[in-house]
Amino acid sequence: MSKIIKNLKQFSTSNDRFEGAHLLCPGCAHSIIVRELLNCTDDNLVIANATGCLEVCTAVYPHTSWDASWIHIGFENAATAATGAEAMYKTLKKKGRLKDPDKPVKFVAFGGDGATYDIGFQFLSGAVERGHDFTYVCLDNEVYANTGGQRSSSTPRGSSTTTTPAGKVSYGNKKYKKDIVAIMAAHGAPYVAQVAPNKWKDMVKKYQKALATEGPVFINAMSACTTEWKFPADQTIDVSDLGTDSLVFPLYEIENGSKLTITYRPKNIVPVRDYLGVQGRFKHLFKKENEHIITQMQKDVDKRWEMLQRREEAGV
Amino acid sequence: MAEKLQLQEVEVWDGNMAFAQAMRQAQIDVVAAYPITPSTPTVHGYAQFLADGYIDGEFVLVESEHAAMSGCVGAAAAGGRVATATSSQGFALMIEVLYQASGMRLPIVLGLVNRALASPLNVNGDHSDMYLGRDAGWIMIDAFNAQEAYDLMLMGFKIGEDLSVRLPVMVNQDGFITSHTAQNVKPFSDEDAYNFIGEYKEVNPMLDFCKPVTYGAQTEEDWHFEFKARQQKALMDSLGVIKDTFAQFEKLSGRSYNPVESYMMEDAKVAIVALGSTVESAIQAAKNLREEEGIKAGVVALRVIRPFPLLEVKEALKDVKAVATLDRSAPGGTLGMLFNEISAALYQNDNRPIINNYIYGLGGRDMTQENLKEIFRDIKRNADEGRLVTPLQQFSGLRGPKLSFFN
Repeated sequence: MSKIIKNLKQFSTSNDRFEGAHLLCPGCAHSIIVRELLNCTDDNLVIANATGCLEVCTAVYPHTSWDASWIHIGFENAATAATGAEAMYKTLKKKGRLKDPDKPVKFVAFGGDGATYDIGFQFLSGAVERGHDFTYVCLDNEVYANTGGQRSSSTPRGSSTTTTPAGKVSYGNKKYKKDIVAIMAAHGAPYVAQVAPNKWKDMVKKYQKALATEGPVFINAMSACTTEWKFPADQTIDVSDLGTDSLVFPLYEIENGSKLTITYRPKNIVPVRDYLGVQGRFKHLFKKENEHIITQMQKDVDKRWEMLQRREEAGV
Repeated sequence: MAEKLQLQEVEVWDGNMAFAQAMRQAQIDVVAAYPITPSTPTVHGYAQFLADGYIDGEFVLVESEHAAMSGCVGAAAAGGRVATATSSQGFALMIEVLYQASGMRLPIVLGLVNRALASPLNVNGDHSDMYLGRDAGWIMIDAFNAQEAYDLMLMGFKIGEDLSVRLPVMVNQDGFITSHTAQNVKPFSDEDAYNFIGEYKEVNPMLDFCKPVTYGAQTEEDWHFEFKARQQKALMDSLGVIKDTFAQFEKLSGRSYNPVESYMMEDAKVAIVALGSTVESAIQAAKNLREEEGIKAGVVALRVIRPFPLLEVKEALKDVKAVATLDRSAPGGTLGMLFNEISAALYQNDNRPIINNYIYGLGGRDMTQENLKEIFRDIKRNADEGRLVTPLQQFSGLRGPKLSFFN
């Protein structure tokens, strides 16, 4: 059952199944993204967590931040852990061995972009193809933050990371960010969406839709990383606002592999350079010789926004 | 509800069908599997039972063996009976998760149909995969023929799920020689088989929401050592449960199993120690040599590989003068695993026999009667001379010039 949540106060006072006591960095967006998912439903939850910041910061024995059934196996297999548990649930339901057969159970997997775009991509693809009833949430901070800021296939072009540092002859990462949302939609998953924690109502609405959907759901969540994006810890939401309002992170959803709906249209679209300018990882792009990267990024963002709008209009 | 299958008193099954039938009778809740030769027919058999209405559990067809074991871990932690089967490269791919399964103390049963590891690629039977898993914290049991594959697969569930054990169990059989050779197998009725294993007993299931659990937490230098020590204790203690299970099984079936199997060892002066289908070949060679050449030959085989039955090995070989350890896995720059471990056990005895090592049968190379007889004759010379007159390690059945090491 979805909860009815009208305002932030109501939300902040609901029962926490993700406890505030954890080791995530001050200003980390992960906890906002995760807490809102756990708090937007009264259903029982089985959560699988890939190795990464969220996992190492929330389950250090003898402590746990999870007041829900939770499992971590490895870096790559959160989707498979969740769907293995979901298969067991189906069997036990069929065999009449569930303790509380009438209460719905939801299966959720969390993984970072390294776990999702890279090492766990095959596992995610397999789990979605098999049609398990579960929701996968990618905490996309565009970098291997837990291991010290190496590039992943989600890292945007021009970002300085520890394995693609900006230097005298380099503007940082030269590859383009993988379009994971399109790839997961192409699997034919009934529901795929992109969310951001600063647009919390949009995020909760999508979570509730995801949990109510029968079958596999993929959600890509922008997770601003104070440590690796290099901005002050008290500016997570401001940076996230610039991410969504510059359309670097457009918010939209795709149903049944094709029906695309844009769920947030900024009243005032801000230039991409404003979003880049507040983050240390893009600092070097503002040197004269690298300005062309910013120009190209703006063009790419404009082009994708155009594409999303056309797809929405066309209903394909 | 799944239908029962009426079985004959004696069925003609290969080792894979023996695995599949035992898995069906165990009423497994979730099987997550991925195809690989030569274990694939286990999964084919299981799929056909499902298609014909003999199975109620879920059958999850994952995209890799790593995912197969990952799915098994997720399912087992959720709370129910779980199994899979694999071989070789597939087993190598799931190694990471094998450690996680045992670390989380999940009683998953894995049917491992032994096959060589590439490179060069090879689909035939040797024990490279089995050896790769020997530090993974699993109970490891070895079947030498199809009947034993059936029996030990049934017992695997009972042993692993025992409340004092709660560890995953690997049941091995030889690729092709056992897995694809039809043999007579005496099965139980579905009721007797299931009643022997018993209902699955849940321990900290994720699907009990009154008591949420955290599986796979992180421990660093403050706790990791204690966890691993407890795991080792549980694995070592499981030998008692294994013996009890063997005893209960014998009562029901009349078929006897021991952690260490001894054949013609009452008066043996020389003995081969081996695993897998080679055990039966070595028994035949020993019989013939006793008749033809008067060599008092015997055979000792590890039924239980992990936990290593050190005391039973010591006892089984206490009166022999020379021992040959036969390892069917490339030793990677040292002596074979059986040589090292059997030596460790025999070093505890006052009378230490002369022991040497043979690497054989890699990639499915036949272990012939002549090879085995040659080995028995070798160690008879060692016994007669009272010292090692053969190389410490030799390759048996290799074409070309003789190859030996540690000379």
